[in-house]
Amino acid sequence: MLLIHCPYCDETLPEAEFAYAGQAHVLRPQDPSAQTDEQWEEFLFIRENPKGPHFERWRHQHGCGRFFNAVRDTVSDKFLTTYRAGAPRPDLASLTESLT
Amino acid sequence: MSRYRVAGKGRVETAQPVDFTFDGRRIRGLRGDTVASALLANGIHLMGRSFKYHRPRGPVAAGSEEPNALIGTRRGKGQFEPNTRATVQEIWDGLETTSQNKFPSLTWDIGAVNDAAYMLFSAGFYYKTFMWPKSFWDKVYEPFIRAAAGLGVSPSEEDPDSYASRYLHCDVLIVGAGPAGLAAARAACAEGLRVVLVDENSEAGGTLLSEPQARIGGTPAWVWLAQELAALRAAGVRVMTRTTAIGYYHQNMIGMVEKLTDHLPQQPADTPRERMWRVRAKRVVLAQGALEKPLVFHGNDRPGVMLAGSAQTYLNRYGVLVGRQPVVLTSHDSAWYAAFDLADAGAKVQAIVDTRATVRPDLRAEADRRGIPVKLSHTATASSGRLRVASLRINPVLNGTVGAAATIRCDAVLMSGGWTPSLHLFSHTRGSLAWDEDLTTFLPKDTPEDCVIAGASRGLWGIAAALQDGAEKGRAVAADLGAAGIARAYEVQDDRPGQGESRRELPTDRDPGRAKAFVDYQNDVTAKDLRLAVREGMRSIEHVKRYTTNGMATDQGKMSNINGLNIAADALGKAPPQVGLTTFRPPYTPTSFGAFAGYHRGAHFEVTRKTRIDSWAEDYGAVFEPVGQWRRAWYFPEAGESMDDAVRRECVATRASVGMFDASTLGKIEVVGPDAVEFMNRMYTNPWTKLAPGRCRYGLLCGDDGFIRDDGVIGRMTEDRFHVTTTTGGAARVLTMMEDYLQTEWPDLQVWLTSTTEHWATIALNGPNAAKLLAPLVDGVELTEAAFPHMSCVDCTVAGMPARLFRVSFTGEIGFEVNVPAPMGRRLWQILWDAGQPYDICAYGTETMHVLRAEKGYIIVGQDTDGTVTPHDAGLSWAVGKAKPDFVGKRGLARPDLTAKGRKQLVGLLTEDQSRLEEGAQIVFDPNQPLPMKMVGHVTSSYHSDAAGRPIALALVEGGQDRMGETVHIPMHDRVIAAKITGMVFVDPENARLKL
Repeated sequence: MLLIHCPYCDETLPEAEFAYAGQAHVLRPQDPSAQTDEQWEEFLFIRENPKGPHFERWRHQHGCGRFFNAVRDTVSDKFLTTYRAGAPRPDLASLTESLT
Repeated sequence: MSRYRVAGKGRVETAQPVDFTFDGRRIRGLRGDTVASALLANGIHLMGRSFKYHRPRGPVAAGSEEPNALIGTRRGKGQFEPNTRATVQEIWDGLETTSQNKFPSLTWDIGAVNDAAYMLFSAGFYYKTFMWPKSFWDKVYEPFIRAAAGLGVSPSEEDPDSYASRYLHCDVLIVGAGPAGLAAARAACAEGLRVVLVDENSEAGGTLLSEPQARIGGTPAWVWLAQELAALRAAGVRVMTRTTAIGYYHQNMIGMVEKLTDHLPQQPADTPRERMWRVRAKRVVLAQGALEKPLVFHGNDRPGVMLAGSAQTYLNRYGVLVGRQPVVLTSHDSAWYAAFDLADAGAKVQAIVDTRATVRPDLRAEADRRGIPVKLSHTATASSGRLRVASLRINPVLNGTVGAAATIRCDAVLMSGGWTPSLHLFSHTRGSLAWDEDLTTFLPKDTPEDCVIAGASRGLWGIAAALQDGAEKGRAVAADLGAAGIARAYEVQDDRPGQGESRRELPTDRDPGRAKAFVDYQNDVTAKDLRLAVREGMRSIEHVKRYTTNGMATDQGKMSNINGLNIAADALGKAPPQVGLTTFRPPYTPTSFGAFAGYHRGAHFEVTRKTRIDSWAEDYGAVFEPVGQWRRAWYFPEAGESMDDAVRRECVATRASVGMFDASTLGKIEVVGPDAVEFMNRMYTNPWTKLAPGRCRYGLLCGDDGFIRDDGVIGRMTEDRFHVTTTTGGAARVLTMMEDYLQTEWPDLQVWLTSTTEHWATIALNGPNAAKLLAPLVDGVELTEAAFPHMSCVDCTVAGMPARLFRVSFTGEIGFEVNVPAPMGRRLWQILWDAGQPYDICAYGTETMHVLRAEKGYIIVGQDTDGTVTPHDAGLSWAVGKAKPDFVGKRGLARPDLTAKGRKQLVGLLTEDQSRLEEGAQIVFDPNQPLPMKMVGHVTSSYHSDAAGRPIALALVEGGQDRMGETVHIPMHDRVIAAKITGMVFVDPENARLKL
């Protein structure tokens, strides 16, 4: 079972308290009606499937209830970092560097 | 004392006889024996029949890796366990054990014809033998396979034992309490580190238990062991025996199963049978030791043929000679010591047969001193004997040529093909392995976990090396955790390190195609099968494994994987590291379902949510149905009533006068804040701005893809406060969806969301007399058409209780929903029930609620919709606020596929023959078309309707809303039913009955 750091509670807690919530940084457009069908398809359905670091959302479902973002390596299943919703994407290079 | 028990040897208690039964026969062992050691002490090697060929088998090992000696154990009623390893099960007075895979008896077994017909059962026989004729599959092959498949017999009674579950947090977890583990614990237990040492055996010590000759710092091994364990316990180390680390999971989480009662004659009343530990360790030291490899030759599975190291264990730990005239067959030094130990205990060792041309002079000298004949550069080509080995056929090998055979009479063959590190848990960490050319085995390399591996499990042989490595690894992990661990130095006398060579099949002078040289004993896989798999095109070791089933039995390939790999690699013409090892997966040893289930069984398997009114329904004889986690009153049968009768009576009574219904399970969410109305506008399809406080509205929730997610009546209590109701099953999902949008898309909105589902008890009153019943009890609002019209809501007092009152209808009748604080629910229910008696009030359940709403064409999300239905498909276009600039689902609803013609749409169906359709039945336009017919929809709801005077149904039909009046067909197994497409409202389409 993974241990996940909730950036709101500032606690590292077992995975069972958390729920996965899909890819991160998929922004809902300000005016969806102005979107073309292709753009809307992109927003609704098209997701990354990387082998390596993945930006994704988690929710501290059985804790504070907050949604937050995380970078998880899909190969090692290790969390490189977690950060609050709305915070900018962390720099991947510095994250993977700190691992080695 | 029996013929095979050696006085003064072993750790068993000679003065404590223990009687148990094996296949009904009484067997006497000693306290400290396992079933296997006790049977061996009585001269019994035959303990079971093999899986595929039903060949007679005896124990080949002495520990948890045992593939052959699997037995059923019975401790009491319902306490039967199949496939218990006889080498692990400790005996006690009264234990009942049985052999497996035999009929009618262990010594005379009909299934053994499979052995003669072995040509039929070669690798991949499932795919070949049972191919033709096709008609044989159902009647011949499948019943045969099903009858023959499986090991042992499943228990048929409910397990009366209890199983526990615990968490454990520690600094250092050490798996394996042999010399390496003990030394690691001693080195790491400094400075208050929490150290846990676990071992699957009944006592700690590992190899030391089998090698009492060794002395550590001058102290005999067993004395040293006792002193060391006492010292560790004194230092605060938690030593856990009979505890198996079954799996290594992410971030140093280790699953461990502790067996607490299987070894006890009397079960303590308050002790669980097993306890599952979920351990989170800062550092893990794996010191699991090594497993001895069998040698692969024809007849290497005959009872009496066993691993040399195991024979040594039986002698030194249990005081049992596995044979009085053993032959030792080896490619490794270690088996020589087994020969010496058995000879010193009185056995007449017939010969030491070694595949190697030269051995260490000191070993040779020791053999000579004992008068043991030595045969170097020899191979074994066969064993013989019916139910027990009687002789071994050996041949000299000179320059690769197998010479003339000689036969050695014997009653046991002790074999050793060398040792392979136990890499199972390391492999669970996704650790990488490196091939060691000198040891011809895989050794652990890197792991992503905070874990180190010590002793024989990384290829270090001998007690001294294990102690030294364990001490160093223990010190290192302590240092890693900021403590100054102490790595002491150990001096070991009479240590027995050794070397050997790794073999594939032993060379033979016979047709290798006819050899039954077993690699995987438990799944009956021979060397020939592995080579056949490669010849038939299997290239990956994973394919070879699955095709032959090598390593796939419950022993997880503990003894077979490396031999299997070496043979497959040879057949492929590749080096073993290029072929690679198959993956070991948890659990390390077979684990009971009980240990995994823990407390989660029976009523504790899942939460049952009950409303505050549930107890009344139970008292009143309701039949319940599960809805999500809730149990809800389904219907309230009176004496002798069927479900149909009861539902019909409830429906009629409600429409005739008044019915009451426990609606407390409805999901409720309080949406509050200055931006509450804006939030509601964005979430729900409907417009909310113009909804006045005190009024309510049917709300529809879509996803951004445009499909219906949920629905419910939503009341605006004040300007900034909405009382949102959701479907019973959708409450948590809807709140999560709201939180998601609020937190991540619109964090600027000033809105707070609170789940209030269990805050309120909700009672629905429906029927023409509902207002008359309720009005006298209500303070704060007049229940008139003018003061409190349909779709109103208000905070008021009902029967003296603070209440939130809604005038809504899910039945088409005058309806009220009274919400009171949950603890008051049953009291209000009783008051309303009593007040309703003059009106012949009727309590109704969910089935009647379903019928009444279907008569009005009100949909149930999840029954009439399935996640691909839009508001337009459901006939709910009126609930979509087209003028709003945006809401969740607005853009989705404009997707070309959602506006296309021919979508499945919700309609009513009336059968021509007045029969009731089956929910889920498929619909076609043309019943005469050839098979397979084009299905154009399905029935979503179907009931008998008393109000409509006939059965009614709702259905999703392709283009349904444009097909009013058309006939569709529902093919059933016995006939085709014709039905006419209609609107969805079957009762009171003018809504006249809603008015006071």
